[in-house]
Amino acid sequence: MNLTLRIWRQQNASADGEMRTYQVSGISPDMSFLEMLDTLNETLIERDEEPVAFDHDCREGICGACGMVINGQAHGPERTTTCQLHMRHFADGDTIDIEPWRAAAFPVVRDLVVDRSAFDRVIGAGGYITAPTGAAPEAHATPVPKPAADAAFTHAECIGCGACVAACPNGSAMLFTSAKVNHLNVLPQGAPERESRVLGMVEQMDAEGFGGCTLTGECATACPKGIPMPSIAAMNREYVRAAAKR
Amino acid sequence: MRTLWGSTIGKKTVMAVTGLLMLAYLLVHMFANLKVFFGPEEMNGYAHWLRTLGEPLLRHGWFLWIARVVLLAAVVLHGVSAYQLSRRDIAARPVKYQHQRRQASYATRTMRWGGIILALFIVWHVLDLTTGTVNPRGQEGHPYENIVAGFQNWYANVIYSVAMLAVGLHIRHGFWSAAQTLGVTRPGAARLLKAGATLLALVITAGFLSVPIGVMTGVVN
Repeated sequence: MNLTLRIWRQQNASADGEMRTYQVSGISPDMSFLEMLDTLNETLIERDEEPVAFDHDCREGICGACGMVINGQAHGPERTTTCQLHMRHFADGDTIDIEPWRAAAFPVVRDLVVDRSAFDRVIGAGGYITAPTGAAPEAHATPVPKPAADAAFTHAECIGCGACVAACPNGSAMLFTSAKVNHLNVLPQGAPERESRVLGMVEQMDAEGFGGCTLTGECATACPKGIPMPSIAAMNREYVRAAAKR
Repeated sequence: MRTLWGSTIGKKTVMAVTGLLMLAYLLVHMFANLKVFFGPEEMNGYAHWLRTLGEPLLRHGWFLWIARVVLLAAVVLHGVSAYQLSRRDIAARPVKYQHQRRQASYATRTMRWGGIILALFIVWHVLDLTTGTVNPRGQEGHPYENIVAGFQNWYANVIYSVAMLAVGLHIRHGFWSAAQTLGVTRPGAARLLKAGATLLALVITAGFLSVPIGVMTGVVN
């Protein structure tokens, strides 16, 4: 496959960026999107040009490190992570636009790399349980009803990649935050901090400069892990309940 | 309360509650408007009865004033929240994507402009049929005659039609949105709520539009 790529190039956080056009050839339809970018970078290095910077780690769709907006869609046309997107979803001769996540809370570090530490601070504001560490406790010491376990698992699938923020026209982190809040709030282990968790995480989410939810549904459409829209409604309910108790 | 007003979720909750309140009012208002098809006595009699509501506990006309104060508070809270949230939302996405694609439904994308149109319309509507300032007849106690006189002007028909289409679109996204904000999570509820929102939007828009159409076609005169 031969492709034309228009890629956002930006030297550093303070520099101005621009879309630059590159040609790649010899792309196999079985390559992942990141392997296609590796191929481009090899040719750039051979020509003594700066390779395109992008985040990646596990390359098997579970770490949440990779992520770029491909033709206006977070992680591209398939509902998966960028590393699990394969070139067979594109046609020979296509022009592909590649941009970084765009949100005030995710400043561009370089090219396609953005700083997602705002997510870490949201987690730090309550996305954990306070429990003594040590040897793993006996699995059945705390009974968990099956529906609660299933709900927790649905939310626990969030890998924090930031696609929801990138897809949202308001740069909102509601889907991410709701997944993290609900994951722990539906479990007995999360119950003691149920109120302080949702209040703290929402407060931090707002403080980071993420926008609010207008229920466009773009986040859940983009989410590679299928975190559902009702997750946001569930967090709204948790939040109002906690605010009333405060 | 301070927690709620200080957060994005809290402000959305305020918008949802005030929005549903205004929606309930609109439904009653729309049904009452249909009295115009049953002649001047029916319509004017109803308008008079509204002023006697709550008597003798309330004085004459007090019920209307209470309703106006509550509605005004709802409009202001809804509008202020929307303004503050919108500013936040726009600031949260300072750089647009180069590769644009259409996002969300028409109703969803027009919430902000629709809201502004509706706010301006409310001002016009009060000046037209409450105070009578911009109404060609504007006679107190004769809403039927004022309505008929008002819709003789082409621009009144245009203003009302645009506003009623806007309110339909606003309800289409707003009703479902309010339910999500207030935490409706039951599986299967989403489809029901979306259908309910479409139905409400259609009924309210059609009901309100029937009055100017009635006057234009001469059914009401």
